[in-house]
Amino acid sequence: MIWNKSYECMSRDEMCALQGKRLRETVERVYANTPFYRKKMQEMGVMPEDIQSVEDIVKLPFTVKTDLRDQYPFGLFASPMSEIVRMHASSGTTGKPVVAGYTRKDLGIWSEVLARTFSAGDCDSRDIFHIAFGYGLFTGGLGAHNGAERIGASVIPISSGNTEKQIQLMTDFGSTVLCCTPSYALYLAESIHKKGLQDKLNLRVGFFGAEPWTEEMRREIEDKLHLKAYDIYGLTEIIGPGVSYNCHCQSGMHINEDHFLPEIINPETLQPVAPGEVGELVFTTITKEGMPLLRYRTKDLTRLVYEPCECGRTNVRMEKIMGRSDDMLIIRGVNVFPTQIESVLLEFSETAPHYHLYVDRVNNTDTFEVHVEMRPEFFSDNMSRMLDLKKRISARIQSVLGISADVKLVEPNSIPRSEGKARRVTDKRNVYANK
Amino acid sequence: MNIIKQLSVFLENKAGRVTELTRILGEAGINLSAFTIAESSDFGMMRMVVSDPEKAKELLKQHGFAISLTDVVCLQTPNTPGSLHKALAILSENGVGIEYMYAFADGDHAKVILSPDKLSDCVRVLLAHQQQVLDADELYSF
Repeated sequence: MIWNKSYECMSRDEMCALQGKRLRETVERVYANTPFYRKKMQEMGVMPEDIQSVEDIVKLPFTVKTDLRDQYPFGLFASPMSEIVRMHASSGTTGKPVVAGYTRKDLGIWSEVLARTFSAGDCDSRDIFHIAFGYGLFTGGLGAHNGAERIGASVIPISSGNTEKQIQLMTDFGSTVLCCTPSYALYLAESIHKKGLQDKLNLRVGFFGAEPWTEEMRREIEDKLHLKAYDIYGLTEIIGPGVSYNCHCQSGMHINEDHFLPEIINPETLQPVAPGEVGELVFTTITKEGMPLLRYRTKDLTRLVYEPCECGRTNVRMEKIMGRSDDMLIIRGVNVFPTQIESVLLEFSETAPHYHLYVDRVNNTDTFEVHVEMRPEFFSDNMSRMLDLKKRISARIQSVLGISADVKLVEPNSIPRSEGKARRVTDKRNVYANK
Repeated sequence: MNIIKQLSVFLENKAGRVTELTRILGEAGINLSAFTIAESSDFGMMRMVVSDPEKAKELLKQHGFAISLTDVVCLQTPNTPGSLHKALAILSENGVGIEYMYAFADGDHAKVILSPDKLSDCVRVLLAHQQQVLDADELYSF
């Protein structure tokens, strides 16, 4: 089912014209209201009138995550606070979170793009939505909530955690649609099978996102929960979940490109890649008022497919994320940069700045080990002193990054030294679709 | 002075690490008189009394081991029921605590390596109560 045919099935020419118009309006808006962008554009010698069509986007400055941190909390807002009705923030990163502000119109756009997402999964007002994304600053819970209400479904805002209760309500209320992270879906599935309650389920559709997942995980979730699993992509900086979505063909994710204008660039040269080539995904929000972003670098690697889809939609598709152009890891839904771990380790004089991170997925839960070299002069005969160091490092990582880590002290000089760029991460999860 | 230099070595849980250590010591003609391995969930610690602790320390350091030398006490008791208790009671009555110990019995005697919280008190108290405390030469000669 197509929620909004006039936008989802628009001809390419009409879409380009619409995007050009909306891009112009957005550039005018940020130039007038956001000193950060005005300054950047002035430095580049670009004026709003230089932007006439979609092609002119290459004249505009990029935005990166650190810009959002530097402008914390509200520096990138293009609406006065009196018009901001909601704020969200990204989870678990060091120092300042990334803050997003929404006007009433922005919330309308957000529920619109999620209504398209849920309709593409053949959901409607007869469905019972079990929303097990976290509610709160995280965009997952409230985002999916508003979208499900928009299509008139019955919503169970159960949020994340408390698996017992999840299963009870899911079976008692007859939930037909599940929204959560794919790893939680698998955990839930296993808990349900352990209780022998799989035949009591009434699920038929699931929307999963907020972390990378594989085709194998999709099949496993579908088998165990007897539902059709849809991928949902998004990021707080752009709007939250609903930036792009699977249709029933499940051949890439349709981008809501009348709101979020995508580009693919070479992360080294920052130049656009040839059509169909893999590169870094960049979004410009062209309808948002609260916090419009120009050319935001997602650091996610993928390619765009412009051929119309069998489902009838013409909006461009992005393929499953194939990797990252930076070294960010997503562990149990939390964004982790190796440099954040490094700065924690540097606070401890007992360890050397040589470390290696090991990430794996065991029983559908991410495991995270931090191996760090002990300084030879710190080593002592005192076992409890050594165990205490381990504990203190773990506690510090937990408080800075919001994620628990298994810290292992290793022998001096045992972590391989490399010339040039150090390889500090071993991620055995294979969560990205390597093409 | 009846003090023994004990060598402590940090051991990652890694296959072959102890074998490498015994090879290095053996090739250098260093004898192991006593040892114990303590382990936590992800690393271990080998504590040992060797014939030439300073040499062993330098050698193992060169091979990348993290090591430290610790002063410990070697108590010798008769290998009979109640002997160890008698010695330990003396220590506890005199306020000397023990962090860890390991022991081996051989024939008529048993030797106990002690890591006390108060080293010189430990030696003094034991000697004052007619306990036998070995010095390094006596221990290595076994």
